[in-house]
Amino acid sequence: MKNSEKRKIKEHFLKTLVFSAAGITGTFFIGIVVYILFRGLPHISLGLLTSKPSLLNGTVGILPNILNTLYAIFITLLIVLPLGVGAAVYLNEYAKNKRAVRIIEFAAETLAGIPSIIYGLVGMLIFVQFCSLETSIMAGSLTLVIMTLPTIIRTTQESLKTVPDGYREGALALGAGKWHMIRTTVLPSAIDGIVTGCILSIGRIVGESAALMFTAGMANEVLGFFEAFVPGNAGSTLAVSLYVYAKERGDSDTAFAIAAILLILTALINFGAKLAAKKLGKGSGRK
Amino acid sequence: MAAARDIRAGRLKKAADMLETVMRTLFTVCGFIAVGFVVIITVFLIISGVPAIGEIGLADFLFGTKWASTAAQPSFGILPFILTSVYGTFGAIVIGVPLGILCAVFAAKYASGKAAALTGGLVGLMSGIPSVIYGLIGMIVVVPAVREIFGLPDGANLFSAIIVLSVMILPSVISVSETALRGVPKEYEEASLALGATKTETVFKVTLPAAKSGILAAVVLGIGRAIGEAMAVMMVAGNVPNMPGLFQSVRFLTTAVASEMSYSSGLQRQALFSIALVLFAFIMLINLTLNLIVKRGDKHK
Repeated sequence: MKNSEKRKIKEHFLKTLVFSAAGITGTFFIGIVVYILFRGLPHISLGLLTSKPSLLNGTVGILPNILNTLYAIFITLLIVLPLGVGAAVYLNEYAKNKRAVRIIEFAAETLAGIPSIIYGLVGMLIFVQFCSLETSIMAGSLTLVIMTLPTIIRTTQESLKTVPDGYREGALALGAGKWHMIRTTVLPSAIDGIVTGCILSIGRIVGESAALMFTAGMANEVLGFFEAFVPGNAGSTLAVSLYVYAKERGDSDTAFAIAAILLILTALINFGAKLAAKKLGKGSGRK
Repeated sequence: MAAARDIRAGRLKKAADMLETVMRTLFTVCGFIAVGFVVIITVFLIISGVPAIGEIGLADFLFGTKWASTAAQPSFGILPFILTSVYGTFGAIVIGVPLGILCAVFAAKYASGKAAALTGGLVGLMSGIPSVIYGLIGMIVVVPAVREIFGLPDGANLFSAIIVLSVMILPSVISVSETALRGVPKEYEEASLALGATKTETVFKVTLPAAKSGILAAVVLGIGRAIGEAMAVMMVAGNVPNMPGLFQSVRFLTTAVASEMSYSSGLQRQALFSIALVLFAFIMLINLTLNLIVKRGDKHK
């Protein structure tokens, strides 16, 4: 009798523990989201989105930061996509040596685990100084290429694995060369994984700050599309400018406005990734 | 006629073979580029990190308790940073891991379909939020609250950093543990239920132990996140190179690199690279541990 009572109390205690942990965490998370939107949304205005900061005119604007973020995304994806997809194709279609595959996969995992501050430092050493690109969007984007490479490799590889071998055999039986088979049959079937990888990479780029501070810099000038490729043209992305506004200028209104924008972008990116992954799941049903 | 056709076909074949070789080479190069990046990063960090350690002396560098890089008599001891990073990470784990595992238990075993979907979406959103946003919230909400509650002159200290870090590692701890819990074979739980154990007993005595390698991976991942975080910590920890105390303004390994980089020069700058090298060594150790755990978990399956 005593034993069963003890058991009941313990059961009750553990259940309460689980539910209160979930409650506390949920409150934290929802609280953070609501607080950011509450503090940030009122300060988002057309003026903020379409002007640049100017002491002379007394305006605060994040247009340069929005553009720089877009440039960084574009340049990074332009370079990392062929590299990452190529690596995944090699791993899944060409590599016969299991040891080589293991080494590459270990390298990709290592890259994924390195903290962004180290990327910032190494990016500065390699791209800013060694390649003399100076502090520039180009140097920042190249740093981001290394950071996002593991993501692209992983998602592409996952979706390559779901392409049925029958497709490959069919193409080869019709006389296609290996490259022709990959280009016409394998890659088109893996497009969902590649898209997922792109979306996740965009999320990483949008949220990155530590790696960009010393590589892409903190400038706030409006750059044209082609100027973004020129060495020495520095520019801060939204996340970096959030840090600058919050910590160095003490302008928490603008900081929260940027935070709200980043939060909404993150939500959209997550939604997009989920959508692409769902399609990916459907794709593998063809087996 | 026939001979000419043969020659042409031969040429075409040759061109096709050449294309195949070129593409194979290109893909192989792409394949090994990740390895190349790891090697380059390691080499660059060692080349730029070792000289200062040589000049300062390994023992003085690692175990020196005073960091005064810009003083007339500069002193480069990074023990305060190492200890701060270790304490801060430990604190974040102590708070974040139990909370995270219990949340994962809720999401995997107790939540209804809708609640589980909501939790999943929220956890995904929180893990995607840039670290500067956590830093901003920490700066505006946590730091003043800590100052008020504990009656301190300044709330930017190790304690605030631990709070922010524990919230930041929660999403990854939750999602990795949840995956591990969901991966436990149904038969285990059914057997326990059939023996008369209640659902809660089953979850805590059967499911959790069965998922331990995945949960351990979640913990190690959390450690990696916490020790590598720079921006959020920079905004809430006060950034003074003190030996760590719970309510001291402190500087982490990550923030030690970031905070002086923009104006450093000479030996001071080289010492910053040495700090990064130490941080890198920590991270590699953690990654290797994680790899080992995941591999062992795979074997058990």
